Amino acid sequence: MDVKRRKFLKIAGLSAVAGLAAPSAFNSLLKGGEAAASEEPHRGGSAESEGEGSSKAKGIQYGMVIDLQVLANNKGLAAKCSHACNVDHNIPQYGNPKDEIKWIWTDDYEHSFPEHSQYKRNEELDKLPVLLLCNHCANPPCVRACPTKATFKNDKGVVMMDYHRCIGCRFCMAACPYGARSFNWRRPREKDANGNYKFFPDGVNMKFPMRMRGVVEKCNFCAKRLSEGKLPSCVAACGDTKAIVFGDINDPNSEIARILEARYTIQRKPAAGTEPSVFYII
Amino acid sequence: MYDKGKVITGLVIFVLIVTFPVWYNVRGAQHIPNPKILTKVKHCVKPLDYMRADHMKLLIDWRYEVVREGDRAKVTVDGVQYERSLVNGCMKCHVSEKKFCDQCHEYVDVNPYCWDCHIKPKETE
Repeated sequence: MDVKRRKFLKIAGLSAVAGLAAPSAFNSLLKGGEAAASEEPHRGGSAESEGEGSSKAKGIQYGMVIDLQVLANNKGLAAKCSHACNVDHNIPQYGNPKDEIKWIWTDDYEHSFPEHSQYKRNEELDKLPVLLLCNHCANPPCVRACPTKATFKNDKGVVMMDYHRCIGCRFCMAACPYGARSFNWRRPREKDANGNYKFFPDGVNMKFPMRMRGVVEKCNFCAKRLSEGKLPSCVAACGDTKAIVFGDINDPNSEIARILEARYTIQRKPAAGTEPSVFYII
Repeated sequence: MYDKGKVITGLVIFVLIVTFPVWYNVRGAQHIPNPKILTKVKHCVKPLDYMRADHMKLLIDWRYEVVREGDRAKVTVDGVQYERSLVNGCMKCHVSEKKFCDQCHEYVDVNPYCWDCHIKPKETE
């Protein structure tokens, strides 16, 4: 035997030290390199994103600009929008806020824009009928929350519901910062003694389904009407008043994109990071 | 053999009770489903055999394509366009739930929940 015990122990000890030290040394080298490399583009990037606001938008994203001044000047127009939607989508009228199903509804300024300063605000703001609906966010939290993919974002940027898949867990309702989703606590198609539907005082649209107990529902931007080249019911109900302008907010040539460039608009709870597609002119 | 009479009567009653489902069905199971298509159109969107066996798959495919993929292109058969929809498509020809759908569904004892949400056309007559 050439190798003496003493020499063997020396080699073994050195290899052990080398084996332990090498990975950490390698790691610290790697991290140092990364940190040095990432610093520059980060600085450049932040300056750019300040100007752009949110992430670069891609593809079609339908959205709305709602002019609250026009709605305020045309008394009853907001109610007309809601009514057109209710009739079109068989939305039951329970007359009871606990069971209420709403797709498009009105609320006051204070509760619609809680992030804006409410301290000594203009009195006129309180008179605005703020028309609220699903914001069809570019970054929808409800879609991420849904465990069954019953709610999803389609290729037009519309946040859709597939009632067949909904299991009624209501995670999406908890995730939505806008309260735009309603749960069917009861069966909408109950009938009265005469065999008429109790909760559809304005008749039933035979072409659109009702819902069953235990599913969540919300505005679908009239996906079917869009596919037929029509505007959503609420927009159509506004007629020529331009109270609601509908279109692809990512298409720079669309009417809505030009309005968004020209006018000062606000979104609901922009700090939530959901990138809502419904804008308001105050 | 003791108690011949009692034993034989007992046996006869026992056999009758055990075979009850068999002879009950001989009389009762003559209702063979006869779905009626109350329309003049001759052809469905798919061949008869496929529709008989797999109409539920077609409906699920349609739902996926229409709702999830947003592809609402219509189906054309013999120059007539049909919407890919249960209520706005199928039920245009198969107008009666009672005379069409229920005929087989009751026979094979399946309970699809289509009409929990979808609105079936008014039953005529």
